[in-house]
Amino acid sequence: MDRIPILRMGEFLLVTIQVDMHDQLALRLQDDLTQAIDKKGAKGVLIDISGLEMVDSFIGRMIADISGMARILDARTVLVGMQPAVAITLVELGLSLPGVATALNVERGMQLLRNTLDKADADSALER
Amino acid sequence: MPTLHSSGELPLNTEHDMVLGRQMVRRLAQEQGFSLVDQTKIVTAASELARNALIYGGGGMLKWEVLLDGLKRGVRLTFQDQGPGIANIELALTDGWTSGHGLGLGLSGARRLVNDFELDSVVGQGTRVTITRWK
Repeated sequence: MDRIPILRMGEFLLVTIQVDMHDQLALRLQDDLTQAIDKKGAKGVLIDISGLEMVDSFIGRMIADISGMARILDARTVLVGMQPAVAITLVELGLSLPGVATALNVERGMQLLRNTLDKADADSALER
Repeated sequence: MPTLHSSGELPLNTEHDMVLGRQMVRRLAQEQGFSLVDQTKIVTAASELARNALIYGGGGMLKWEVLLDGLKRGVRLTFQDQGPGIANIELALTDGWTSGHGLGLGLSGARRLVNDFELDSVVGQGTRVTITRWK
């Protein structure tokens, strides 16, 4: 069975999608990733789609769903590396991925996750 | 009138067929010299329509044609299934409407991504969607 690997980088998880995914593979990733967040107590997820030449409504929804599920599991998701042609097509298709944080590349995505988590820490410290 | 340069067919009966179909449409668009954005648009539209044929139509065929019109080159794709058909085409073309579990962007979104879009459907007999993108 094909699987998209999920790598652990400190308190974050990194998923790099490089293949043209069939639908079942996308759904399996959703399962695997939510389980990995739970098992590893990950606080953030980076999904790198720089290798994806196409995102249709199914894959777009899968990404939005992962982001929502991760949020409920107390992890933030950042989608990174979307190719410009993919972004143009996705918006024209009617999917602008509201609620999904994005960054240009893995490095900036990582920074965004760190900032978000630092801010959350600071807020909870204030509450105490 | 555009003339036919080449054509072919591909089955759409499994998710793997969908992946092969996307790859073939990408190759066709590349061969006609489509820009990267135009390639991405027709591949994405094809992906939506192939999924519809597979999920709602129970499988079908993808027919591809390369068209020449003077100096213009185009790719025409026809998705044909023998599924239940669409009772209300106007409704089916509305953003956000779905008869299944999707987002309801397949048909309406695909239409926005191409130059020509034709939908024929007969309840009980099947659905045929034809899209064309010109370079």
